[in-house]
Amino acid sequence: MQGVNALLRRVPVWAVYLLGALPAPYLFYLGLTGGLGVEPIEVLEHEYGELALQLLILGLAVTPLRRHIGLNLLRFRRAIGLLTFFYVTCHLLVWLVLDVQILGQIWADILKRPYITVGMAGFLLLLPLALTSNNWSVRRLGPGWRKLHRATYMAAVLGALHFVMLVKGFQIEPLIYLGLVGLLLLLRAPVRRLRTA
Amino acid sequence: MAHRWTNDLTLADATPEAAFMNRRQIMAGMAGMGLATMAGGAQADEGLTPNTWDEVTSYCNFYEFGTGKGDPSANAHLMTTSPWSVEIDGLVDKPGSYSMKDILSAMTLEERIYRFRCVEAWSMVIPWQGFELADLLNMAGVQEGAKYVAFETLLRPSEMPGTAYRVIDWPYREGLRLDEAMHPLTIMATGIFGKPLPNQNGAPLRLVVPWKYGFKSIKSVVKITLTDKEPPTSWNMANAREYGFYSNVNPQVDHPRWSQASEKRIGGGLFAKRQPSLMFNGYEEEVAGMYEGMNLAKHF
Repeated sequence: MQGVNALLRRVPVWAVYLLGALPAPYLFYLGLTGGLGVEPIEVLEHEYGELALQLLILGLAVTPLRRHIGLNLLRFRRAIGLLTFFYVTCHLLVWLVLDVQILGQIWADILKRPYITVGMAGFLLLLPLALTSNNWSVRRLGPGWRKLHRATYMAAVLGALHFVMLVKGFQIEPLIYLGLVGLLLLLRAPVRRLRTA
Repeated sequence: MAHRWTNDLTLADATPEAAFMNRRQIMAGMAGMGLATMAGGAQADEGLTPNTWDEVTSYCNFYEFGTGKGDPSANAHLMTTSPWSVEIDGLVDKPGSYSMKDILSAMTLEERIYRFRCVEAWSMVIPWQGFELADLLNMAGVQEGAKYVAFETLLRPSEMPGTAYRVIDWPYREGLRLDEAMHPLTIMATGIFGKPLPNQNGAPLRLVVPWKYGFKSIKSVVKITLTDKEPPTSWNMANAREYGFYSNVNPQVDHPRWSQASEKRIGGGLFAKRQPSLMFNGYEEEVAGMYEGMNLAKHF
């Protein structure tokens, strides 16, 4: 693991931002050119949402990976978090602009459809986290910053739940995401208790 | 039995893939009910264009082959569709196993271009070939006392990878009220675009009920039962709050998780405009009479 960590130290953070953001325009390009099948809106919406969920889970995994395997991704955690927010925003924009299209219906959907309410709540939770993902805010908020950023846990649960709630019938894939989020939160729980004891 | 109903889609709606079919339909229309197809209709004026072969055959829901829209076209080739027979039983004079050959030799195939509206709020226009379900039911002899028709899809796990997961309670089941089943719009389809049905579209024989959400149009039918009780239907069994027995296309009654007021026509690309959904999917004039006096919000 020492070798991997040494290698990772040589990866510039800007490269992670760049590589991480690249799938967004690429998927959009595929959607424009027929690469996402005959109904590209649904696929684009789903791909952005799923990438956001995967990044959210990766972000949650940073601490346990370091603690249990010794893999150090801490340098990239802010990039992972901001990329998560980037993809959630892309997902939301596809839904608003390309999918629902009708302003009046967007509000009705947010209020009336529980899976959309849940997804929207997740997005709103991530918003202050993205806005405070800079050194100035970390200094300024002090210990409050850590507390605020624990909202990630709730956002991850809401994101996975949003996926579980939107599929038809009994499907495995969203349950795997929900299970992973649950597992990553469980991995944290006992350690925190030890620390405060 | 043909020509009891004539399309309101005109030649102007045709894509090159469907053009030959429309010509035949216009001729059939002239021979049958006169120039009805030339008159056009409100729907035709909206500029409906039949979907392409690629769209119809690559974007499917057939959960026996997986829940992704592309899974059926990727996996459905595994299904053996010949030999094929349909068990017709229950309240019929001549119950038994009817082979595809027997059925086809007794039926007259005709062309029908229908709107197809999925419960997921997307839609297509599909040129089908098939025969009226009424003809098949009459062949078996519907007995007095029959009030409903139940249908079942093939369940053959060795050829259907999607059935490894209990996404719904297999086999897939659907049902119609007898008057709906006997309605001239209701057909059993054997082909699209003048070609045999691809497996992912429900080969070799599927139901098409154009005024109901797509999941009612059960695919790859192996069993038809005439009964006096409303039969259990798969999506209703899976989630009765979201999927009713009738499932008539109704823009005024939302699915609990999304609005049914509008729909996305497949084929419009990334910037496809939503269009308003039509009551009974545009077949109100033909079918509304069957539901007179019914509360369609309750019997959704």
